[in-house]
Amino acid sequence: MARAVTNRQKTINSLAAWAVGLLIFFPILWIFVMSFKAEGDAIKAPLEVLAAPWTLENYGVVQERSDYSRHFVNSVILAFGSTLLGLLVAVPAAWAMAFVPSKRTKDILLWMLSTKMLPAVGVLYPIYLLFIQLGLLDSRAGLVVVLMLINLPIIVWMLYTYFKEIPGEILEAARMDGATLHEEILYVLTPMAIPGMASTVLLNVILAWNEAFWTLNLTAAKAAPLTAFIASYSSPEGLFYAKLSAASTMAIAPILIMGWFSQKQLVRGLTFGAVK
Amino acid sequence: MATQHSRSAARLMMAPAVVLLLGWMLVPLTMTLYFSFKKYLPMRGDSLANGLDWVGFANYTRFLTSSSFWPSVYATLVIVGGVLVITVILGIFLALLLDQPMWGQGIVRILVIAPFFVMPTVSGLVWKNMFMDPVNGFFAHVWRSVGAQPIEWLSQASLPSLILIVSWQWLPFATLILLTAFQSLDQEQLEAAEMDGARWPQRFVFIVLPHLSRAITVVLLIQTIFLLSIFAEIFVTTQGAFGTKTLTYLIFQRVLESQNVGLGSAGGVYAIILANIVAIFLMRIVGKNLDA
Repeated sequence: MARAVTNRQKTINSLAAWAVGLLIFFPILWIFVMSFKAEGDAIKAPLEVLAAPWTLENYGVVQERSDYSRHFVNSVILAFGSTLLGLLVAVPAAWAMAFVPSKRTKDILLWMLSTKMLPAVGVLYPIYLLFIQLGLLDSRAGLVVVLMLINLPIIVWMLYTYFKEIPGEILEAARMDGATLHEEILYVLTPMAIPGMASTVLLNVILAWNEAFWTLNLTAAKAAPLTAFIASYSSPEGLFYAKLSAASTMAIAPILIMGWFSQKQLVRGLTFGAVK
Repeated sequence: MATQHSRSAARLMMAPAVVLLLGWMLVPLTMTLYFSFKKYLPMRGDSLANGLDWVGFANYTRFLTSSSFWPSVYATLVIVGGVLVITVILGIFLALLLDQPMWGQGIVRILVIAPFFVMPTVSGLVWKNMFMDPVNGFFAHVWRSVGAQPIEWLSQASLPSLILIVSWQWLPFATLILLTAFQSLDQEQLEAAEMDGARWPQRFVFIVLPHLSRAITVVLLIQTIFLLSIFAEIFVTTQGAFGTKTLTYLIFQRVLESQNVGLGSAGGVYAIILANIVAIFLMRIVGKNLDA
């Protein structure tokens, strides 16, 4: 009897959860559907849109007309470039904090996190001015550095929490077995640190890919990533729903897939360990 | 355990990160502070090379007394407050729902968190055009199909529309964090309360909510910090028209559009102070957890 009740309960839960889930996901699904429809059909009533024939032409048009691939490449360079550069700076720092903690480690870590809370608009003009002076406006190099700096606190923080989980005893054991420092790092620490570093990279690529304050304000045509490219659709001419959908689908699809793998890291990376 | 040698090595390893962040924080901050006490209108010939006039606190008082200041405070409070209320309340229900046993739990979770990964310009534009457009939008079609007059969302109901868009983006974040908190809830405590005769609402109010209080606080603080600086969603939808000019957007317009850098910088200093007040509370919670 008890089992029948739980099964009924489970069915109700499932139906409710699926209904809510699909409702929340619907706008994304709708972008996806629209991207495969002709412009003339895309403005029709929802059921007529669904019934209209499917086509791939929007993807071709977006690709040709607006130089989509250049913006895509910019996004890739900015997201991965800033993350890898950040990793280069953050790995030694997080390593030192996790394995050679001092009295001030906690304060430094908290201070680093607090720089993340600085409102970007408060320093917009200084950065804009510096970019002009240094000839970095609308350059990928400048943006890679800015994106690296705004995400650096999160990278350091995440790496620190992952490194912290590596037990010191294992290192001692390796040392007792006669491992040199070099071997210790290469064969003991690195394999254990790789999953944490991969998660860190994943989350930060996502954050950098979607960053839309500095990328909008510091780029024009050359270095503009997809965030800025999509924003250019805000003053459109003529029919553009299907093209907007195709461009949007291509802009969010890679990140959606990466995002689904990073659910757990999201909580860890964005709450700074305040929720476990 | 750590030797003097390893200590100095550690300091060296931390140096690049510390120096970079210190520079990133201090250089622009000092410049903003400096500009905020100056008359600086680059389009009217003011330039750093020729020297800028010192105006004391004039920019600070002008920012507060300008006719767009209070409307922007109102817009900011309504948007941030509205999104916080919606995401936390719906987030609790969603987390509760997702925590129950069901078929396809993993897939439902994926559906629910997906909006968080959509870039802000895409969600702004897609909602604006494909859903809220008064002629061809999804909602307009639905409204007409039941014989109602379509709403001009972003002009007639601009603030609720923006709240809807931003809530859609942030609901996954709140849900995911609250779900994490739910999963650490002590089930035995709940069962014990049930055996003692506590009904579901009582168990929810006296056991579940207190357990969630910390997670809710964290959601509120983190979201407040990010929501205070939403930009792209407004940039691609209303551009600050129809009463949607938030503090962030107002400062952006002062600085880059009308190029009154002194005035905008004074606004920037206010924004930094405001964000810091929220950040202090958040850092206190994070700091406590670091000890444990």
